[in-house]
Amino acid sequence: MTTFHVNGRAVNVTADPDKPLLWVLREDLQLTGTKFGCGMALCGACTVHLDGSAARSCVTPLSAVEGRRVTTIEGLVRGGRLHPVQEAWIEQDVPQCGYCQSGQVMSAAALLTAQKRPTDADIDAAMSGNICRCGTYQRIRAAIKQAAGRMGKGA
Amino acid sequence: MASKLLGAHVKRKEDPRLITGSSQYVGDVAMPGMQHVAFVRSPHAHAKVRSIKTAAAQKQPGVVAVVTGQDLKPHFAPIPTATVSAEGGTAGEIKLGRQHYPLSVDRVRYVGEPVAAVIGASAEAAADAAALVEVDWEPLPAVADAFAAMAAGAPQLFDDAPKNIEHSNTIKAGDADAAFAKAHKVVKQRMNSQRLSGIPMETRAVLAAPDFASGGLTVWATHQAPHVLRGGLADALRMPQNQIRVICPEVGGGFGVKFGTYPEDVTVAALARLRKVPLRWVESRVEHMTGTTHGRAQMTDLEAAVDADGRITGLKMHVVADIGAYPIFTFIPDLTLMMGVGVYQVKNVELKSTCVFTNTTSVAAYRGAGRPEAAYYLERLVDCIALELGKPPEEIRRVNFIPPNAFPYAAPTGQNYDSGEYARALARSLEVSKYPALRAEQRQRLEKNDRKLLGVGMACYVEMCGFGPYESAMIRVEPSGTVTAYTGASAHGQGHETTFAQLIADYLGVDFDQVIVRHGDTTGAPMGFGTGGSRSLVVGGSAMVKAAEKVQERARRIAASMLEAAFEDVVVTDGRYHVKGAPAKSLALAQIAEKAYGEGLPPGMEPGLEATEYFRPPQLVYPFGAHVAVVEVDRDTGRIHLRAYVSVDDCGTRVSPLLVDGQVHGGIAQGVAQSLLEEVVYDRDGQLVTGSLMDYAIPRAEDLPFFVTDQTVTVSPFNPLGAKGIGEAATIGSTPAIVNAVVDALRPFGVRHLDMPLRPERVWRAMQAGGKK
Repeated sequence: MTTFHVNGRAVNVTADPDKPLLWVLREDLQLTGTKFGCGMALCGACTVHLDGSAARSCVTPLSAVEGRRVTTIEGLVRGGRLHPVQEAWIEQDVPQCGYCQSGQVMSAAALLTAQKRPTDADIDAAMSGNICRCGTYQRIRAAIKQAAGRMGKGA
Repeated sequence: MASKLLGAHVKRKEDPRLITGSSQYVGDVAMPGMQHVAFVRSPHAHAKVRSIKTAAAQKQPGVVAVVTGQDLKPHFAPIPTATVSAEGGTAGEIKLGRQHYPLSVDRVRYVGEPVAAVIGASAEAAADAAALVEVDWEPLPAVADAFAAMAAGAPQLFDDAPKNIEHSNTIKAGDADAAFAKAHKVVKQRMNSQRLSGIPMETRAVLAAPDFASGGLTVWATHQAPHVLRGGLADALRMPQNQIRVICPEVGGGFGVKFGTYPEDVTVAALARLRKVPLRWVESRVEHMTGTTHGRAQMTDLEAAVDADGRITGLKMHVVADIGAYPIFTFIPDLTLMMGVGVYQVKNVELKSTCVFTNTTSVAAYRGAGRPEAAYYLERLVDCIALELGKPPEEIRRVNFIPPNAFPYAAPTGQNYDSGEYARALARSLEVSKYPALRAEQRQRLEKNDRKLLGVGMACYVEMCGFGPYESAMIRVEPSGTVTAYTGASAHGQGHETTFAQLIADYLGVDFDQVIVRHGDTTGAPMGFGTGGSRSLVVGGSAMVKAAEKVQERARRIAASMLEAAFEDVVVTDGRYHVKGAPAKSLALAQIAEKAYGEGLPPGMEPGLEATEYFRPPQLVYPFGAHVAVVEVDRDTGRIHLRAYVSVDDCGTRVSPLLVDGQVHGGIAQGVAQSLLEEVVYDRDGQLVTGSLMDYAIPRAEDLPFFVTDQTVTVSPFNPLGAKGIGEAATIGSTPAIVNAVVDALRPFGVRHLDMPLRPERVWRAMQAGGKK
């Protein structure tokens, strides 16, 4: 049995310690907001936060999260309010099909927590692991910049 | 009728659920007692199946059953290969010998072809057991190249297709031979449009569950056309259509590859029916690389007869299309021929296509489906003509454009172009990209011997879209005055819930927020052909307009009786129904709906407030545009940096500019990717070399610059919206613009043409071969 925190709640999961966190979240905890895209950490769709940093849950075994704090897309909304990154995503009309967006939002939120004023190069480097086949990159970049401005002001 | 929302920028209804992880894709749908399916697939490109032993697999923990093609053969018919079509029709006579069962029996013809299925308590258990199914294969010689497949002695895929040729087509008009005989110059070039893979971020998936109420099935599928899938499943399972309900919940991208009736769809449905248990299969990405259809895969020879001014007097084209192992959507190369003259006034043409079977994954629709190929060939050829004649590329285009006063234009390829102003789009794109300054910069860099070469490329395209045969729409005003609408189009990111709500809000005078548009469920719209081929606004939106007009008419009739006025005198202004000239006494739609569903309707008036309408497009529509790409090529490494991109697209009336931009951005991204990054590679034995995202290069954020999108608006006379499609247009324009830019940059090295993708190594070698500069 593995004990850890998900979105602020303590959970106990009985599963193979090698089971990827992605499937623990989706199957054992019914948190389906985190998506499967490749299973090989090549696309970013499965991005979650592990102790606040971006992690690809498809290659993170359950054993690696013992005692740690996991945040998923479902955990970004606090007290009914969207995270500033989510607000910016709406304002910049980012999504198309939406499938990659959980991962995009999580990567962006982790970036902005770590770097208050990321440069374009910082943004590209942090987001280059998140593929969007619908081509929303331009709007993602605009939304990250907008969110950075807001979060910098302590919004 | 005043349009408030048509053309306005409104917030997408879809976005809030997509950015909070709240929406449901097929993989997120679970049913009580659901089991999981995994497939056993051929590792050989061509092989006979001697026998399949399932005992070892069956003994694995968590395994419920293992079934082979032989086991299931009595329970389904061969895959209806000709039902994959945005047009909803067949591509010709179905040759029974070229079909295969959903789980193949006796013989396989491509790596990845499924021959058995495992049902497990978990997806993991099923997948683990699938690896233990013992198939006794007898490998056969395989051929993975279309030209090799047509050569004498090549392995034959089908007994009734000599030289592995599936079909050929020819479009001839005027007298091409005569034009070539007296040409000032003949310009020839062979070009590829390489094999691509759609790679939607959501892989394919299907969940089938018995529906005891109907005695049939409910099938959740990530698919672009639910009604078409229903028809395909009904045929394959020999079930009545009214016993199958198909639901496409959120769909994570389609790009053309989620059309059709795939083997997995039929197998999972058949097994769910037989075993009376819900079954789900979610494709792995590695499975996707061979299991989901590919796109493009053409090699084409072009010849242009030109006069001294660069006018194209004759055009010859021969497309050799690799269609893979089974015929799925084989009229795509025919579409290439149909767009074979593009935006140019060429009267003498001889255009041929040959479709060839190979032991590879079948090639079907992928964003543009035949039209990107045509635009690429023409735009590259025009640049080759410019190079050979020593004239600017824009001048060759201008001299050949179909002029604005020629529309509707009957092209010699049989297409009736509805409207167009090609010179205007080109002028706009050159203006926005500051073309003269770019040429000046290019010259300066060469003079200074800059290590980074500048290249500027342009592409002028036109494409055919808005496929029928028709689309349906149903609009219902609920008793409380809110509105529910159903469309037979099937969005997978396009934003139809938003666009159609804009239209309905304008016509019915209801708040945008009070309209819900539903799609993707066969119990909704009566019949539809889904979303693809850039048809949803043109055909689906026009049907929605017709239904909205009908509902508005009914509402005005009821309002007239409530206002004690004549029907002809009642109008709708800003959401209120009133007598013309007397706006003070008015009714809201909610009040009218209450009356419509209540007890106080006057005698003779039918209750209810809804309408179902169909729109049959009288013909296709022809969006067009001009793109300009600016690249920097590193002399030392061959690396290409895409510095700037300007896209001028004309899709007629722009109902939702935000949604148009979404399609343009996405279209450009995929067009750029074909030119610079992507390629599906098979080895000679039909083994897939590019087997994962490690080898198949999808563009990432840093690969794409900021796109400047602009437009012209040339209305189409052929639908009530005056709209043309935009979903594929930008993909069509972007690939040639980029390649033209790179070849332009390499001109000092004497490079005339380079095949895609323009990898750094390929570019570097071309510079080396061209001599030191």
